[in-house]
Amino acid sequence: MSRVTKFAGRDPGPSARVAGFIRHLRDNGLRLGVAEADLAMAALCEVDAARPDESRRALRAVCTGCKEETERFDDLFDSYWMDMGRVRQKVVPTPSSTISDDVHSSRDAKGEDAGASGMSTAPDDQGGEADSDGTGKLIATQQRNLNRRDLRDLVRPEEIAEAEDVARRIGAALRDTRSRRRIAARKGDRLHFRKIIRHSLATGGEPLRLLRKKRPDRTRKIVALCDVSGSMSVYAQVFLAFLAGLMRADTTADAYLFHTRLVRITEALRDKDAMRAIRRMSLMADGFGGGSKIGPSLMRFADTYAKRFVDGRSVVLILSDGYDTEAPQVIAVALEKLRKRGCKVIWLNPLKGWADYAPVAEGMAAALPYLDVFKAANTLGDLAALEQELAQL
Amino acid sequence: MTWNDLKSALAGEGYVASDDLAVALQLAMSLGRPLLLEGAAGVGKTEIARTLSAVKNTRLIRLQCYEGLDAAQAIYEWNYQRQLLSIRAAAEGGETGKAVEDRIFSRDFLLERPLLAAITQDKPPVLLIDEIDRADEEFEAYLLEILSDYQVSIPELGTIRATTRPIVILTSNGTRDLSDALRRRCLYTYVEYPDRTTELAILKARCPDVEARLAGQIVGFVQKLREEELEKTPGVAEMLDFAAALMGLGIADLTDDPAVLQSTLTTLLKTQSDQAQITPVVAGRIAGKAA
Repeated sequence: MSRVTKFAGRDPGPSARVAGFIRHLRDNGLRLGVAEADLAMAALCEVDAARPDESRRALRAVCTGCKEETERFDDLFDSYWMDMGRVRQKVVPTPSSTISDDVHSSRDAKGEDAGASGMSTAPDDQGGEADSDGTGKLIATQQRNLNRRDLRDLVRPEEIAEAEDVARRIGAALRDTRSRRRIAARKGDRLHFRKIIRHSLATGGEPLRLLRKKRPDRTRKIVALCDVSGSMSVYAQVFLAFLAGLMRADTTADAYLFHTRLVRITEALRDKDAMRAIRRMSLMADGFGGGSKIGPSLMRFADTYAKRFVDGRSVVLILSDGYDTEAPQVIAVALEKLRKRGCKVIWLNPLKGWADYAPVAEGMAAALPYLDVFKAANTLGDLAALEQELAQL
Repeated sequence: MTWNDLKSALAGEGYVASDDLAVALQLAMSLGRPLLLEGAAGVGKTEIARTLSAVKNTRLIRLQCYEGLDAAQAIYEWNYQRQLLSIRAAAEGGETGKAVEDRIFSRDFLLERPLLAAITQDKPPVLLIDEIDRADEEFEAYLLEILSDYQVSIPELGTIRATTRPIVILTSNGTRDLSDALRRRCLYTYVEYPDRTTELAILKARCPDVEARLAGQIVGFVQKLREEELEKTPGVAEMLDFAAALMGLGIADLTDDPAVLQSTLTTLLKTQSDQAQITPVVAGRIAGKAA
């Protein structure tokens, strides 16, 4: 039996299906616009669209834009085009506000969802219409959807704004102006003689325009890794707000979550709408509040992402309590690897704020020799207070 | 030309492309879109542009990006020295005014840099914008205009529109995130290290003299080596160097002589710590598994 989805008889045709697919991708966090839908149609005309593997390849080239999206694409493609039977009605009855924080339409208020009993950001516990078999939208991450914790319940918009301010100040503190090289700048402090002479050729040797140069700002890049395992869930509110704020304040920053595995959330957090960004992050952070594997997560980071994104101008910020289920040596090896890349490592431990705290957790003790700064951070205020400390790095 | 034809044409030139890459290339050509290739160093991103230009029998114009690359180095520049000489010659000859001006701001005095050269060819060339992630964000933004409109505005001369649309291939090693705007204008393919069969085909295409058994061992060895924790994972080019080294030394079997095998590993391992990690014992074990 073919696995290809059978669309309903009243289905308007191929273009509507492709538009539906683009919408399906958009609902699952891919940033695609109308132009991509158009391009996808054009691409399908160039290959043998009746063959699923060719269509898959063509649509993958058009609809994805980075490695992470390429990895997710196959599942999303299968859930829409290769569903074996009819397209089902909604799998999870989701309240209207969850579907479209960005789009406000009167259509959202209609239908069964309007009377749902769940919270504004969590599904209600009734079966809803998951059993019905009309036409409708598919959600690729069926199981995970039900299990995941919606991070928006933890974070409030005003906290993000505050965190954004803190992040901006920390970013400014990390700015390093030591550079011998000077680059051309409209408002520089010195004259740029080479350029002036070059430009004066055009005016017969008369230096009519005085061009300037200055020392460039050489910002340190912040890479934040946040532990969201069970033991850290009470502090998650502060740290998630901080990450969201950091990503909005600093376009070069990079962010990751880890519990038993590591997830890069940079792309998700760059969303212009802060709360929508947090929602996208929720989709990625299944396992939130679960087990804790700090060592292997840091090791994975050092072996993969760090090779691309961490260099001598980076500051790696680890937000964790250091309670690890794995052997403590793994943390030490991972941190040593990271330090070899020339970056500074800062560990912010919420427990350090307690009166008689000592780093007795084996993981924390193993990590200590490799840290440049080891500080407490329970609140946004604590993070803001780090500003002075970081300026001296 | 379908993507299957393109794939076999590329294979004819010694490039074994995956189906994904062939479809993406075909779409890039038929839809007139730039193609962004990402992947680790040494998977053959730059090579694809070179091969494509050979297949299409057209020019390859390459722009190597680096930090600080600006429009004058990438698009066009006036040839100031020639202009000055021309002005002096004109003054001696008694020629003045507008005639001189028109002459020195003509195409003859324009130095074409890669991007301008790419849009003024008679036959569509392959334009390779290599390692775009090394260029500054400002340059990336400048590129957006050229990639979507295929035209360059020169104040003294006017707008130069593309006579032909080049086949644009951008590559990135992922040292920094590219902007969404650039990604949206491009088709995208992530190029992985080739699987065993593909890599074997690459080796056969590039070094037809390698005996089948040794070829299998070489590819097996390199694939196993990629699973080790190395600072710099060997790419396809390194694998070909390794094969050439073995051929040069007249080795028929990897497991024969551990000392010789170890000495050829310099073609695969490019950092001191990687070389320290792959000791003769480890190399022997990997070679044993590959054999």
